[in-house]
Amino acid sequence: MQARRFIPLLGFALLSLLLFRGLSLDPTALPAARLGQAFPEFAKPELRSGESIGVIDLKTRPALVNVWATWCYSCRIEHPYLLELAGAGVPIYGLNYKDDEAKARAWLAQLGDPYQLNIVDVEGTVGLDLGVYGAPETYVIDGDGTIVHRHVGILDKSTFHADFLTWFPSFGAPEASLTTRGSVAK
Amino acid sequence: MRDGFWGLALVLCASAMAMKVHAVIETYEFTSPALEQRYHQLSQELRCPKCQNQNIADSNAPIARDLRVVLVEQLEAGQSDEEILAFMVARYGEFVRYRPTVDRNTALLWWAPGLLVGAGFVALALHFIGRRRMPAPALSDSEAAQIKALMAEKDP
Repeated sequence: MQARRFIPLLGFALLSLLLFRGLSLDPTALPAARLGQAFPEFAKPELRSGESIGVIDLKTRPALVNVWATWCYSCRIEHPYLLELAGAGVPIYGLNYKDDEAKARAWLAQLGDPYQLNIVDVEGTVGLDLGVYGAPETYVIDGDGTIVHRHVGILDKSTFHADFLTWFPSFGAPEASLTTRGSVAK
Repeated sequence: MRDGFWGLALVLCASAMAMKVHAVIETYEFTSPALEQRYHQLSQELRCPKCQNQNIADSNAPIARDLRVVLVEQLEAGQSDEEILAFMVARYGEFVRYRPTVDRNTALLWWAPGLLVGAGFVALALHFIGRRRMPAPALSDSEAAQIKALMAEKDP
């Protein structure tokens, strides 16, 4: 009979556990619906050459697909790190998302061009098929064109070292302790 | 007191109306009123991926606008509600639906209210049954004597 007195306490403890767990969850993290699926088919012009490219042009080896636009302020912050990665030999494809082509070319001429190819997606249809909801976003595709990782937000060194090295093992600088920030989305 | 009540009611009504006018103002041409009806229903049921606590009907985010355009196109193309929802879910996950399908992740969400109400009724029933069954406690000798004494006092 005495045990019944502890039922409210037990309930309180369970609720506390539940809410405490909630504190460490990121409510803005979205499920990436396209993970494990093939990069969606598309036929779009390439930014520099103007030639039509498709998903076949992306299937070479593990690569990054970076969603960017000149209207995106965070992309400007991210840009130097993309140049650094490209300099180190990481293949990066660009998805120029809902942007103005002339502005995009001027941006690359001014800030440098880390991209192997750039998909011009003025209407945002490739973005829609990918499940993009803003810029910047960075995907990892493997050599078969399968989407294996998604990162929403600025890609920086700590994020790359924490979440991307699986696919680019040779680009991890041997640093002792990296401050690993939680990635925004997996 | 009465004035206070009406004042409060007025404030509540005003804020309710203020919320009502929040929806995005846009015009789409529909070929039939039925399609328009379905547009309104679906756009309120689809959640904006960017601004997570708004549906795409209320959101000003560019992605919400894009999804409204896609919704109109697909409705006009004769897609069924299920096909449109499947299209959205394939791209943005079950997250985009305010009424997700019942699966392993959402089962608790769907069933918890019913389960909790059920548990409440069970607890109530147990409580009343327990009380009915409980026998009246027998009096000890000293208590009986005390009562007798009190009765005698009251009854001169």
